[in-house]
Amino acid sequence: MQRFTRLFNELDQTTKTNQKVQALVDYFEEAAEEDKIWTIALLSGKRPGRSVGASFLRVWAAEVGNIPDWLFEESYHVVGDLAETISLVFPQAEKKMNRSLTYWINFLKNLRELDEDTKKERVTGAWLQMAPYERFVFNKLITGGFRVGVSQKLMVRALSKHTGIDENKLAHKLMGNWQPEAINFKQFFFSSNPEEDLSRPYPFYLAYALEGDAEALGDVNDWQVERKWDGIRGQVIARGKKVYVWSRGEELITEKFPEFHGLADKLPDGTVLDGEILAFKEGKPLSFNHLQTRIGRKNISRKVLENAPAVLMVYDLLENQGKDIRDRPLSERRKMLEEVVKKTGCEEVLKTSQIVKSQSWEELGRERQLSRKYYSEGLMLKKTDSTYKVGRKKGDWWKWKVDPMTIDAVMIYAMRGHGRRANLYTDYTFAVWDGDQLVPFAKAYSGLTDQEIIAVDAFVKKNTIERFGPVRSVKPELVFEIAFEGINKSSRHKSGVALRFPRMHRWRKDKPASEANNLEDLFALLKQYGG
Amino acid sequence: MITDRVVAGPINQPVFMGLLQFTSKGIYCKQADVYIDPWKSVEKALITHGHSDHARHGHKQYLCHQHSRSILKLRLGKNINIQTVKYGESVSINGVDISFHPAGHIIGSAQIRLEYKGCVWVVSGDYKIEDDGLSGAYTPIKCQYFITECTFGLPVYKWIPQQEVFDDINNWWQQNNKEGKTTVLIGYSLGKAQRLIQGLDTSIGPILTHGAVENINQALRDDGIKLNDTVSVTPDFDKKKFANAIVVAPPSAAGTNWLKKFHPYSIGIASGWMGLRGPRRRRTVDRGFVLSDHADWPGLNQAVQASGAEYVIATHGYTNAFARWLNEKGVQASVENTLFEGELPEIKEGSNSGSTNDKTEN
Ligand SMILES: [Zn+2]
Ligand SMILES: [Zn+2]
Repeated sequence: MQRFTRLFNELDQTTKTNQKVQALVDYFEEAAEEDKIWTIALLSGKRPGRSVGASFLRVWAAEVGNIPDWLFEESYHVVGDLAETISLVFPQAEKKMNRSLTYWINFLKNLRELDEDTKKERVTGAWLQMAPYERFVFNKLITGGFRVGVSQKLMVRALSKHTGIDENKLAHKLMGNWQPEAINFKQFFFSSNPEEDLSRPYPFYLAYALEGDAEALGDVNDWQVERKWDGIRGQVIARGKKVYVWSRGEELITEKFPEFHGLADKLPDGTVLDGEILAFKEGKPLSFNHLQTRIGRKNISRKVLENAPAVLMVYDLLENQGKDIRDRPLSERRKMLEEVVKKTGCEEVLKTSQIVKSQSWEELGRERQLSRKYYSEGLMLKKTDSTYKVGRKKGDWWKWKVDPMTIDAVMIYAMRGHGRRANLYTDYTFAVWDGDQLVPFAKAYSGLTDQEIIAVDAFVKKNTIERFGPVRSVKPELVFEIAFEGINKSSRHKSGVALRFPRMHRWRKDKPASEANNLEDLFALLKQYGG
Repeated sequence: MITDRVVAGPINQPVFMGLLQFTSKGIYCKQADVYIDPWKSVEKALITHGHSDHARHGHKQYLCHQHSRSILKLRLGKNINIQTVKYGESVSINGVDISFHPAGHIIGSAQIRLEYKGCVWVVSGDYKIEDDGLSGAYTPIKCQYFITECTFGLPVYKWIPQQEVFDDINNWWQQNNKEGKTTVLIGYSLGKAQRLIQGLDTSIGPILTHGAVENINQALRDDGIKLNDTVSVTPDFDKKKFANAIVVAPPSAAGTNWLKKFHPYSIGIASGWMGLRGPRRRRTVDRGFVLSDHADWPGLNQAVQASGAEYVIATHGYTNAFARWLNEKGVQASVENTLFEGELPEIKEGSNSGSTNDKTEN
């Protein structure tokens, strides 16, 4: 696994796109065929199923390394990554062995059925053959979470250089349900008639957020404008008398949405719809929290189905009558889409995302500010002549989000960051006033510049009141404007509210803590927008 | 989540009475009326080594190892009142026997041993166990009370042998030469820089130095220390005359215009913090090498054990964790706060590496 470890390290140590692609190309040139397949799988988010729980790994490492629990914990907080902590506290390798990536993946698969003692013996035995960094990569194989800053897009680019196959073609091949253990590199990528996979979705076309002036986009009549719905982006596929539902995270979620199963008979064979899955009741979308009750559960009970019935808010038609129509202009696809949806007669579960008509950007700007009234996040702007592209692309599609809600809050706790920022205090808890008390209501860790983080970190270290392990309470002095996308009632939070996507918008150096907002301000937002 | 509690400080233990105390000015020996590495002005200061968090301005008298003399004069002024001793040489002040012993940290660094009426204290200053060939090999000193640094006092810090690190550095240097790039290597001007200079393979190319590094080199050479040949980079410096060169520069040089004259170059840093992936990723240079002048976790444990100390006081670094660990192992230990800083993260996050930045992925 040393070659793969080297690749991992190279990808990990650079932020430069060209270097990452080059590292991948070099790897593809040198690695064994079966290792290549596994590498592609891992970088596409496919994992060799979990064979050992992370908590076991940690106990074994601490035990063999002779490290008490609290010391392991302390180390973990400094390192910020469990797999790495384990790899470091474990004793040095006795005899380094170089086995292939595929060898270790099979090794892990074979562990699954074994009892705990045997697992422990095998895993610690494996650790003893590896240098710390190889051990770290091995642990990542076990625990999952291969985040090496390589998007699938980059991997596909490298693979395209290596194989000479067009990037879009490769991206489509890699969608869906393929099993790394069942395929062979040459057959998979080069066979002229690849095994038809009925369930295979198309790569999603994603929009960037519009920054700056919408006027700059030119004539408003060249744009199709829809609301930006806040649900799960998904594809509903009807092929071979069956329905498949995919999430944007490329997860097959058909089982979670029985509402769509009936579409198998209603949609013509060879239809692929792109849309937003929403919990929807009495003519309006429910909050994202409702939808979450649908995803988190193994079995969808009747009660859940009643409380949070799902619909597909359809945006686009990607395949019609078995034909890939992504290269047709949006205006044409939209026409076909409307027809297809109408013919099904399933308005209960298929809703065509309405077009927001307007004469000017100014008018649209006002419409955008009304988004929350429609339970949407803003507007989507799509060029009427745009094709359906692969991945996140600039130019033809934009999301024009409504300005976030904001609250000025006081920082009261700070916690050390993880990973890249493990030595700095980067995660903060914020509070608002309730009389003369500060009530915590949100945690946030993003939104500051590196310089600001360093300054806040210095403040935390100088103004600590109490230390609780990795957490410090600090003098309530710094005020930040907290921005968020949604607000809901919550009995689990002391403040009584839960925020969606809270982040630091601005450091209000101009405001003393006494001028931060209070709990009533939060409740006012809850009353206005909460669900 | 409760803070690790350590046992009450040594001040409360009768047997300590009088010998060493932690005061607002520094570690104080009342019997001899001397301070060790004090951070406020005092009459008499015993100095473990020349780093600025240990050797500060403003004391009336300094006592240090002979190889720290020129460094202290360079850093604190020519006119400071300074006395020096050799390793193992004993000085007696009001009945307290004081001696300096190799700490292996940097050139001239020492552990300071104080003995009074059969009670022995050792103040480690900063130290490392591995012999770097320059700083004198760390020698364990038996004592009852051991005041130790623990900059890297967590079990995740384990150094690899320095020869492996230097092999990596030399390979990288050679690779850069092949690609027509100058090599820039960053390390503290006092200590790390000289260790790097001695570890470089001079058959690969010439060694150039930043002025801050060369000043220290000169001071050390004046004291009779032999270092590999270096060429100071002066304003009229002509790069063309020095093909295949490596430049040794302090952290403050990273991201400055000074580096521009070496373009194109590849820049690397040698630091103990590079042992973790987070800091390795956070660094803004091209390469990070794990090389520290402080003891790693096994080293700290080895030092405590070899000292035979009954009581250990941890001063800087992961003090709470290390003290608690020792207590659980049956060695009494506590924590005292000092103004010693350990090994600083050498390059600030976000500082510009100066090397070409093409598009980064988002
Ligand atoms: Zn030092
Ligand atoms: Zn120090």
